[in-house]
Amino acid sequence: MSLSRRDIDDIAHLARLALTEAEIPVYLDSLSRIIGLVGELDRAPTAGVEPMSHPLAGLKQRLRADEVTDTDRHELYQRNAPQVMAGLYLVPKVIE
Amino acid sequence: MHSETVAGLIAGLRGRKYSAVELARALLERIQRSQPGLNAFISIEAETALAAAAEADRQLASGNAPPLAGVPIAHKDIFCATGSRTTCGSKMLANFIAPYDATVVARLRADGAVVLGKTNMDEFAMGSSNETSHFGPVRNPWDPARVPGGSSGGSAAAVAARLVPAATATDTGGSIRQPAALCGITGIKPTYGRVSRYGIVAFASSLDQAGVVARTAEDAAILLRSMAGFDERDSTSVDAEVPDYVAGLDRPLTGLRIGLLKEFFDKGLDPAVEACIRAGLEELRAQGATLREVSLPNLPLSVPTYYVVAPAECSSNLARFDGVRFGYRCDKPRDLKDLYERSRGEGFGAEVKRRIMTGTYVLSAGYYDAYYLKAQRVRQLIAADFARAFGEVDVLVSPTTPTPAFGIGAKMNDPVTMYLNDIYTIGANLAGLPAISVPCGFVEGLPVGMQIVGGHFTEQRILNVAHRYQRATDWHTRAPEAYR
Repeated sequence: MSLSRRDIDDIAHLARLALTEAEIPVYLDSLSRIIGLVGELDRAPTAGVEPMSHPLAGLKQRLRADEVTDTDRHELYQRNAPQVMAGLYLVPKVIE
Repeated sequence: MHSETVAGLIAGLRGRKYSAVELARALLERIQRSQPGLNAFISIEAETALAAAAEADRQLASGNAPPLAGVPIAHKDIFCATGSRTTCGSKMLANFIAPYDATVVARLRADGAVVLGKTNMDEFAMGSSNETSHFGPVRNPWDPARVPGGSSGGSAAAVAARLVPAATATDTGGSIRQPAALCGITGIKPTYGRVSRYGIVAFASSLDQAGVVARTAEDAAILLRSMAGFDERDSTSVDAEVPDYVAGLDRPLTGLRIGLLKEFFDKGLDPAVEACIRAGLEELRAQGATLREVSLPNLPLSVPTYYVVAPAECSSNLARFDGVRFGYRCDKPRDLKDLYERSRGEGFGAEVKRRIMTGTYVLSAGYYDAYYLKAQRVRQLIAADFARAFGEVDVLVSPTTPTPAFGIGAKMNDPVTMYLNDIYTIGANLAGLPAISVPCGFVEGLPVGMQIVGGHFTEQRILNVAHRYQRATDWHTRAPEAYR
């Protein structure tokens, strides 16, 4: 299966990835090949087979009580933020 | 000192043949010297290493030292360690200083291990050659024109080059076993849920598992004993007792039932690689194991299954990199959309973007059923094939990779060719099984790996098989000439 330029634009938009003009033909080619590879799955008979989302059958995702387990460490965590002011993450203006 | 195993170093440190500081200094010097040629490390942490080694020496002198006191190791740069730069091989995290410890990091530190640095890797662990790292490719110590494998290529190259006796690694589709095979060392991926993933940068959450690369199965067992076990901070961590992996190593192989995967010996396998595996199987048979062929008819679909499931999970996990809370931010964003799109477009490398886009596509409206759900159903069939096989045999043996190490640049232009390199390793991830790769010969001077896969939570058994094999062979003791 071959993807179109429009498909690549759509996927990049959904994934919030800015691509350069030079990148587009590269991804058009390689994603088409990957979609070709995964298209092999079509020939597997899977009627009535449950989708598998966890590799250990029978094990349920463990949940914990909804309780506070950590202290406030926002200052430490915000040291990795690109832009912070007064304990707040800064982003470009969203509402005019 | 540099050619000693972990077991040998523990004895040497306790017997005061050398101090932990002397050992750390010697290996740090080796690492520094190797960097221009190998590029196995992203960060060398000499200062904190020497402080930890001095502390280990005090503990050793007091006679009350933890099990790994003074043993030098390295962490793949995907593990968070407080105050340490954790890049995941990406420009996106090039300046990220981890604010907390991964559970694996904390456990190894508590047991006395001395961390010399963080090893190079494919960006976000996405790659089979270590060529996708933002910090440049790692070279194979056996031949600098070839790849070390990936994604844990730095860890594997560092162990093969005798820079550290062991290193942590992670494996989503073969990222521990494949580089271990291509570098001529031992690497184990435990059962899904066996080792905590808390503090490990996530790639594909239903597949990721942490493990270790070392030169011997015994050393892997020693490290894994410290790393494994339940952790309430990882919701996929399994609450099951951890057996003493070291204690079970010497068990004889009499009566061991080995399955040969028919599908893997059928086609596409390099005949010289096959000859190495057949010789390895003969050795196991000589020790009392029985061999039989088993068929896993859905296994040939493991590559396409993986390349739907893993990118889908990657696209979700990597949505957190938004240029706001941590990581790379583009210069002068026009608006919020521009901030997201350019931060991600500039911060991620080519292969990571390819995986994110593949994942976005297979999860998008209209394709979800055809690709994602379909792949999850085929995954169920593959897991059922394995479960059936483990009703008949104790372990499955196969090559780890179809060929020895390939040349740097040889597969970078065609992702599908690169992905097919994972054909023998991906099945264990899809089914959540433990698997180990051990050196079993050479083809034209390059190491070949033999993979041993076990049933869920049978790490002890596959380590035992690997150890018995290594007691009878010397492939794992061979060192690349430039690093002896």
